[in-house]
Amino acid sequence: MKSLAKKRYHKAAPLMLVLLLLAAITGVAAVTTSSPATAATQVSEDDVAQGEKLFAANCATCHGMDAQGQEDIAPSLVGVGAAAVDFQVGTGRMPMQMSGPQARAKAPQFDQDQIDQLAGYVASLGAGPTVPTAEQVDGSLGDPANGMELFRTNCAMCHGSVGGGGALTQGKYAPSLWATTPTHIYEAMLTGPQSMPVFNNANISSEGKRDVIAYLEEQRQPSPGGLKLGAIGPVAEGFWAWLVGIGLIIASTVWVGARSS
Amino acid sequence: MGTKLNNAAAGTANYVDERTSIGGFVKFFARKIFPDHWSFMLGEVALYSFIVLLISGVFLTAFFVPSMDIIHYDGTFPTMQGVEMSRAFASTLDTSFEVPGGLLMRQIHHWAALLFTASILFHMARVFFTGAFRKPREINWLIGFTLMIMSLAAGFTGYSLPDDVLSGNGLRIIDGIVKAIPIIGTYISYWLFGGEFPGEVLIPRLFTAHVLLVPALILGLIALHLFLVFLHKHTQYPGGGRTHKNVVGLPLFPVYTAKAGGFFFVVFGVIAFMGAFFTINPVWNYGPYDPSPVSAGTQPDWYILFVDGALRMMPGELWGFPFEWVIGGYTLSMNLLIPGLIMPALLFGFMAFYPWFEAWATGDRGEKHVLDRPRNAPVRTGIGVAVITFYVILVLEGSNDIVANLFHLSLNDLTIFFRFAIFILPVVAFMVTKRFCLGLQRKDRELVLHGNETGRIVRHENGEYIEVHEPLDEQARWIAVNYDDIAPSVVAPSHNDRGVERKGHKFDRFKHRLSRFYFEDRVSPVTPAELEEAQHHH
Repeated sequence: MKSLAKKRYHKAAPLMLVLLLLAAITGVAAVTTSSPATAATQVSEDDVAQGEKLFAANCATCHGMDAQGQEDIAPSLVGVGAAAVDFQVGTGRMPMQMSGPQARAKAPQFDQDQIDQLAGYVASLGAGPTVPTAEQVDGSLGDPANGMELFRTNCAMCHGSVGGGGALTQGKYAPSLWATTPTHIYEAMLTGPQSMPVFNNANISSEGKRDVIAYLEEQRQPSPGGLKLGAIGPVAEGFWAWLVGIGLIIASTVWVGARSS
Repeated sequence: MGTKLNNAAAGTANYVDERTSIGGFVKFFARKIFPDHWSFMLGEVALYSFIVLLISGVFLTAFFVPSMDIIHYDGTFPTMQGVEMSRAFASTLDTSFEVPGGLLMRQIHHWAALLFTASILFHMARVFFTGAFRKPREINWLIGFTLMIMSLAAGFTGYSLPDDVLSGNGLRIIDGIVKAIPIIGTYISYWLFGGEFPGEVLIPRLFTAHVLLVPALILGLIALHLFLVFLHKHTQYPGGGRTHKNVVGLPLFPVYTAKAGGFFFVVFGVIAFMGAFFTINPVWNYGPYDPSPVSAGTQPDWYILFVDGALRMMPGELWGFPFEWVIGGYTLSMNLLIPGLIMPALLFGFMAFYPWFEAWATGDRGEKHVLDRPRNAPVRTGIGVAVITFYVILVLEGSNDIVANLFHLSLNDLTIFFRFAIFILPVVAFMVTKRFCLGLQRKDRELVLHGNETGRIVRHENGEYIEVHEPLDEQARWIAVNYDDIAPSVVAPSHNDRGVERKGHKFDRFKHRLSRFYFEDRVSPVTPAELEEAQHHH
């Protein structure tokens, strides 16, 4: 009896218990959070099969036949979700044009149906963030003032105060957000592409993301003050002061100073 | 009608004159002669933009509330609804969006400030490169230099008033630099901000400085500056009949009063044009000050960029040697002091006292009223271009994130490049400029001796072909040959004939080296004898 009790209270028992509990919680969380993954977009088995073919032809060279990734070349795509595929392929960043500090956006290489098929295939490999609904990204439903506060606390240090873009280290950069579609803005926050951190729903809520979109859509309005000069701050203003201001004034000093003879 | 008007004017003038005897002054000023050149108007541009600043500034004070009390915005701008902000920031938004013409006035005021500082530097560069700072104008150079510093102070205090994120970040940098001063730094910072940064008193204090203290100083200094211009009489570019003892030009009245009066409206027009069409300092983009966010593209206005650039360029440690020293428990941040205080002090000190330095190094003590053509002072011109190169590198480094993004460069590599360039490029610029000047002087010699090539080929009877050269006209020749030809100083022997070392000999040798630095490489102007020989030859 005593020996049985000894066995029951093995030294590692509490640790094992904690680990088991953690695993259980993670499992439950994974099931609950991934449940909307299948609900949001209707992807047929046929689409997934089409997506797999597209993937094998266009992506597998770097990401591997099973999207498992290759060390130092391309990351695994298991669990990145449909949102990541929709963003990366939809903005033309993937397939990547060339190696460099960062994949540049270009004209998308696939139409939306093909992107959905690719996304469906990648989503089928493991649960991940889904493509947001139209309501989730509708800026007119958001609060731009709250978006301003969220943006300048979380986004402005890289993208600039109004999303004009900015430089990062070693040739990387945060792109301008003025021409990015609301869906892509939402997906970028959700999936954290390239150098960008992930802003999941615990960090910035789904409504908060919509507020950010509302703020960024306000920036597409004309500036009350006239031409925006890129909206990148005092450097552009100083440049214009010298180029246009001093330029015009020097031209007029020469004109005024010229002798009529 | 005509006579009636004339009588009325004469009557009024007489009435005023009999009571103030102002006629003498008017006569004196109206007949004052000024030489004509476009570059003499650069100082005027600074004056006129200052007047625009005063006019638009008075308008803005009517609506700005210099208070750091916290309120919640309930104005018309959508992205600020309900946001917590200071009254200063809210009143800036209200001036922009609710006061009729308020945004235009804000933008005119800010563009005028950028042009004010830019035209001052441009004017200063003109004075430097033409040697207009030489005797008797050294003191006026110093007054002008002080005006330049004051313009920076006016600009920076004004830039900080709206209490937005961008200017708040700028103040935080100033706070950091102030705190880096050994021993007294933290005390100064607490005294300035009325406690720990940002405190609650800074905006009202900056407001007093911006609308009262600094403008009053600028006005007083401008009066002094212009008084000395009248006293010394204006300098003139070299030309036939122009000497150090006369001024060749046109009287102030009517030519220059008309030109200058009209030119004020040109400057005002350019500033108003920019204010109407180009957004400047859109504080509604930056939001109210909050110590936590710092956005990409956070820079001061262009005239402070050079300090920002130095701060960005300064390494925290160099090849393992740290610039932040902890001595007896106290931190000495050389990585802040060198770029934030020592570099500006050296740069400004050099600028302020250059006239005395040059006079001392060259030993040239005469009164100068005819300007140098920059090529005729190769070393000075080289120094000027070197300083400008130094300054521009700092400005570019201050904009490094914008430059990197615009040209798809690596931010890190750019900074490393500038760290070397700041030491190498000014020296290269000096040498290249000096050689350019000497080359231009040689070209002048060539033109004086042989004239302009006409492209007309003539064949002589004996079969010889020559190209006809047209001699320079007298004015052009005057300009090309009339400049001071100063040889390096000669050092007296180090020992006298009894073999005793002479006192001050080493100092003389140092001065001699400076003199050689200025004058060793020189191209002498064509002498009349040389000219005659050349003409005889043809």
